[in-house]
Amino acid sequence: MPKDVPRFWREIQQRYNMKGNKCGSCDRVYFPPRESCPYCRRESMGKMEKIKLSGKGEIITYTIIHVGPEEFEEQVPYPVAIIQLEEGPKITAQIVDCKIDELKIGMKVESEFRKIQQDGSTGAIYYGYKFKPVE
Amino acid sequence: MRDVAVIGIGLTKFGELWDQSFRQLTAEAGSKAILDSGVGGKDIDAMYVGSMSSGRFVGQEHVGALVADASGFSHLHIPSTRVEGACASGSLALREGYLSIASGVNDVVVIGGIEKMNDVGGSAATETLATAADQEWEAFFGVTFPGLYAMIAKRHMHEFKTTREDLARVAVKNHHNGTMNPFAQYQKEISIDTALNATPVAEPLGLMDCSPVTDGAAAVVLCAADRIGDFSGKPVKIIGSGQASDTLSLHGRRDITTLDASVHAGKMAYKQAHLKPSDINLAEVHDCFTIAEICAIEDLGFVKKGEGGKAVENKITTIDGSLPVNTSGGLKSKGHPVGATGVAQIVEITKQLRGEADKRQIKDARIGLAHNVGGSGATCVVNILEGM
Repeated sequence: MPKDVPRFWREIQQRYNMKGNKCGSCDRVYFPPRESCPYCRRESMGKMEKIKLSGKGEIITYTIIHVGPEEFEEQVPYPVAIIQLEEGPKITAQIVDCKIDELKIGMKVESEFRKIQQDGSTGAIYYGYKFKPVE
Repeated sequence: MRDVAVIGIGLTKFGELWDQSFRQLTAEAGSKAILDSGVGGKDIDAMYVGSMSSGRFVGQEHVGALVADASGFSHLHIPSTRVEGACASGSLALREGYLSIASGVNDVVVIGGIEKMNDVGGSAATETLATAADQEWEAFFGVTFPGLYAMIAKRHMHEFKTTREDLARVAVKNHHNGTMNPFAQYQKEISIDTALNATPVAEPLGLMDCSPVTDGAAAVVLCAADRIGDFSGKPVKIIGSGQASDTLSLHGRRDITTLDASVHAGKMAYKQAHLKPSDINLAEVHDCFTIAEICAIEDLGFVKKGEGGKAVENKITTIDGSLPVNTSGGLKSKGHPVGATGVAQIVEITKQLRGEADKRQIKDARIGLAHNVGGSGATCVVNILEGM
């Protein structure tokens, strides 16, 4: 797991602000941003435009993690889902502010800025997105 | 392209092997395969070694040379190359060896697969396995490796009405097969209730849906078909070999319940072998989790998408079914030393096609398929073998 500040720091725009990009050739949206569009490849070179994603989407599948990595051990059991964003990309994130038995596929969710994990008691705190049900 | 045959096989016991080191395991499997093949050290043109994460599991990289050294070949200076593709490392090593012979560069190649996973604790093993997933965009957010397959299972249940009982039946079947395999980590039956009531790991998957943490090694000797007469090993021919890749992350895939890499690797292998799925007599598929076996039999074309659960319920994949799957006990019961798994699958298929699988022998088995997956489906290798 990431323990180095630069490794986390360079992803801040994506993890804090959900910055993705869009292929200027076919309009497909990517998150995290890609260097080129897998569909257009060389046609997309130099045409990938940065965009901020809305953070709105729906759950297409999920799991409840009971045996978590060390950094997440205190949180178990916790839900993780794959969310299809309005703009097209699918992403993996925790679901918060939702009772586990109320989770379902198709549920509308939106992103929240939250603490994800921390590097021990004195190291860096890593923030990023989690998702909660839309009221 | 030249035809290639497996002429020697070797396997260590799979399990928690506290008294055996990485070196000992690899040397044991390798020497068994070499003795079985009848080749001598001077006949070996090259070695390929599959290991997913020796660096994290035993703190040792550079294991291509280490395996050649441990096998007693340092003075012969045999070129030895380590190949990595997460849990598909073993079959990637096999395929590299296969291609090197098919291309005409080598005649005799030894393939080793090894993982020594129990020298670290459970949470370190879990964390190491998670490196097969996308570290920055999956693992960082708290998803585990079982969690990824759990999300495949959840979606499969949603789309196709697959049930937890369907998943449990895969575990029950593979444990039954494992009782007939003296090399298996677990050689005991489990009941469907045991599987259903096991500790939850990542819902809907419980402990009995997951393959274990295993130490073990496997090796095979490959030989150009036009030279098999020079050696005493009983040959089985590789008639099709396919490999494919996909997005590293599960969320990046076209479809959550289809491993497109399996579909593509399968098609490549079937095409080369001039065969269709219904021509296969038995298969070893990558059941790292029970849902993975259900997806595999669908993606390889044995049943239609969505009908994998029903196929297990209808006992199609049992040892006396129309398509026996994982006669060895699979990853679930035989164990899953990740780098060794792809090679161990070839060992099982070869045993079956030679008629040497004892109690679990499939009658008149002529064509077998091995399917090995890396990560949640970013790498897949499919090989088809034919008895000679």
